[in-house]
Amino acid sequence: MSSNDKTTDTLSTQDARMGQGADDRFNSPLREAFGSTPFILTKFDKFMNWVRGSSMFMLQFGIACCSIEMIHTYAIKHDLDRFGAGVPRSSPRQADVMIVPGTIVSKFAPRMKRVYDQMPEPKFVVGMGSCTISGGPFQEGYNVIKGAEEVIPVDIHVPGCPPRPEALIYGVAKLQERVANGESAPVTVKPYEMEQFGDLEQDEIVQKLADQIDEDDLVMRYNWTDSP
Amino acid sequence: MSLEEPRDAKPEIGVTDDGLDYDALAALLGDTLLDREDHVTTEGFVVRPDDVQDALRTLKQEAGFDHCSCVTAQEYQDRYESIYHLKKYDDPTHELSVVVPTSRDDPVSQSANDVYRTADWHEREAYDLVGIEYEDHPDMRRILLPETWQGHPLGRDYDQTQPQVVTLREHANPLQEDHMADDTDTMFINVGPHHPATHGVLHLKTVLDGEQVADVEPDIGYLHRCEEQLCQQCTYRHQIMPYPDRWDYTANLINEWSYARAAETLADIDVPEYAQVLRTMSAELSRMAGHFLALGTFALDVYGEFTAIFQYAFRDREIAQDILEDLTGQRMMHNYFRLGGVVWDLPNPREEFFEKTRDFLDDLPAKLDEYHDMITSNEIFQVRCVNTGVLEPDVAKEYGATGPVARGSGIDYDLRRDDPYGYYPELDWDVVTEDGCDNYARVLVRMQEVEESAKIVEQCLDLLEDWPEDERTLQSNVPRTIKPEPDTEIYSAIENAKGELGIYIRSDGTDKPARFKIRSPSFSNLQALPEMSNGEYVADLIATLGSLDIILGEVDR
Ligand code: SF4
Repeated sequence: MSSNDKTTDTLSTQDARMGQGADDRFNSPLREAFGSTPFILTKFDKFMNWVRGSSMFMLQFGIACCSIEMIHTYAIKHDLDRFGAGVPRSSPRQADVMIVPGTIVSKFAPRMKRVYDQMPEPKFVVGMGSCTISGGPFQEGYNVIKGAEEVIPVDIHVPGCPPRPEALIYGVAKLQERVANGESAPVTVKPYEMEQFGDLEQDEIVQKLADQIDEDDLVMRYNWTDSP
Repeated sequence: MSLEEPRDAKPEIGVTDDGLDYDALAALLGDTLLDREDHVTTEGFVVRPDDVQDALRTLKQEAGFDHCSCVTAQEYQDRYESIYHLKKYDDPTHELSVVVPTSRDDPVSQSANDVYRTADWHEREAYDLVGIEYEDHPDMRRILLPETWQGHPLGRDYDQTQPQVVTLREHANPLQEDHMADDTDTMFINVGPHHPATHGVLHLKTVLDGEQVADVEPDIGYLHRCEEQLCQQCTYRHQIMPYPDRWDYTANLINEWSYARAAETLADIDVPEYAQVLRTMSAELSRMAGHFLALGTFALDVYGEFTAIFQYAFRDREIAQDILEDLTGQRMMHNYFRLGGVVWDLPNPREEFFEKTRDFLDDLPAKLDEYHDMITSNEIFQVRCVNTGVLEPDVAKEYGATGPVARGSGIDYDLRRDDPYGYYPELDWDVVTEDGCDNYARVLVRMQEVEESAKIVEQCLDLLEDWPEDERTLQSNVPRTIKPEPDTEIYSAIENAKGELGIYIRSDGTDKPARFKIRSPSFSNLQALPEMSNGEYVADLIATLGSLDIILGEVDR
């Protein structure tokens, strides 16, 4: 036993922590950075936020012209993966960030809401392009939702028509920063909710549609005049 | 089509050496013809709503109008009107419009679906947006707007502020629909509207019998952005031009030409030659960018592969976009064309631009070889593509298919050559066709078209380099506001990356069009999807959809 005691005396704390049988290959830079402290102290929340921000799974979600620039952001040259956010998932259930790349029209909005609802919490949304801010060049169209925020909450808006890939990367990086800091998007006004048809206020149009739509069908009602 | 044989034997009625003899055509229609109108590039034959089928059938069978390019519907103060824009696949300069007026109180007209299969969707769109109903139509319901929509938005008394209710019925309980029903052995699945293989927001209602597709019905309208309405609200001179970039958003710049061509013909505006060369060059670069994307995403569909081919294709598209950015200042939404020319010249120093573009072209043959190694000569790829998604030429014509889809079925139809515009007639290039009629043929056509585009760009570069400095006119003199004569109508088309992109404009004497109708190639091409996939495996359905290379921005407009 005495010989063992002696070894402990001469070993550095770091080596002692490695234990016997482990060689230098296990000595990662991270380990060196922690130096002699074998433990890190942090808040669990903080750690989780850091993890969340550093490894984001994006939803593979193409709508309109902006999605072409979004693909460019994933692809060669811009390579969003460098920033720990480049794994597009086809299923919303595996994703935690949704980039909304394009114009949202009346027929698509309920579907987008459904896809958003299918994503597990915590989830974040990056609105890409003018269309997701206000309807963009199509704002005056009879069928166009005036921005993604009418339907789902948006954390980051990236303006442009379309935004350059660099701009989208900047937006995603900003989101990561916010997530790592534990900030979330402000609660936004959402005039368009999904409701059951039977719960709608009984006005002229609802009565007209009564024989076409079942009471418990999910519907979205657009009051265009209330749109911003 | 057995009808085609006699056509070869005797000359078609109305064909003369210098174009069409409309009098002979009018004589052919006899009593069915009510009136004749003058449209800018053609004549309009007015027929009664209950004579539509007879008139169209006669024109198709005896005068050879086998291509129903587009159906435009519009509402006047006192009547509704449907216009069938007819052409010939053999010679698209032979055009004829058949105009069908219907009363405002009872807008019912005979459907042309029995004569031209493509009329099906076009008439549904006319019903949806304008409100004309078509008798004998197999499936008269809305196509772009949700089924519960109230009113017809391009009609005269539509109130845009009225509330609307849209349902989420189709997807309300996906699991229930996913399971087989008890009394049948088929299964219903929804592909889309959010699905990685649909290239955007398309919804395919698919019925499967085992692995095979028993029935597929494309459900579109998830990206209907009211482009026609917006163009009607904009002035001719500058405001409309940004919109075409957003129709086919993978090969943006070419679309601008469709509007430029229509408006320039309508208002009688000349384009200087130098600008024509610039237009031709930039359009072809843009076509290349579009075809690269088509290739990359198709590989993604067929191999499910995100690493090699997809990235290679995007590498090359990125270069083409870079060059276009140097030229126009934007990566995608170029807004480069102006009525009467283009907005600016090549960037300074010109040599640098030439060098960069030449480098791109020089590298291209080696890259295309690489693509052929990786894609077309790959056995897995061939197994997936050869003899799947077959589209016979006569079916393609029935559906008004154009572009690489038609050329992959051996139809030698390319408006750049057949209805010349720009600088194309002066240059040396070929129209690519393949006889395979399958997914493989369509991919080959696109890859060879990239080579042809490269040839065109190369020649344009030579021309631009040698162009004398004092003759570089970018724009002709165009009045500040353009007000074409009231009630002039024009339909004209160009060849974009997907096919025939046509524009119909009717003026009413103001500086904005009274009716602006877009004929998009993807809309017609997509319509042929059920013909190509019924009876095939579901995996081939995805491959077929990919090889059609539809862009939803253009399908839904
Ligand atoms: S912002 Fe512009 S580029 Fe993006 S989807 Fe809207 S119109 Fe297209």
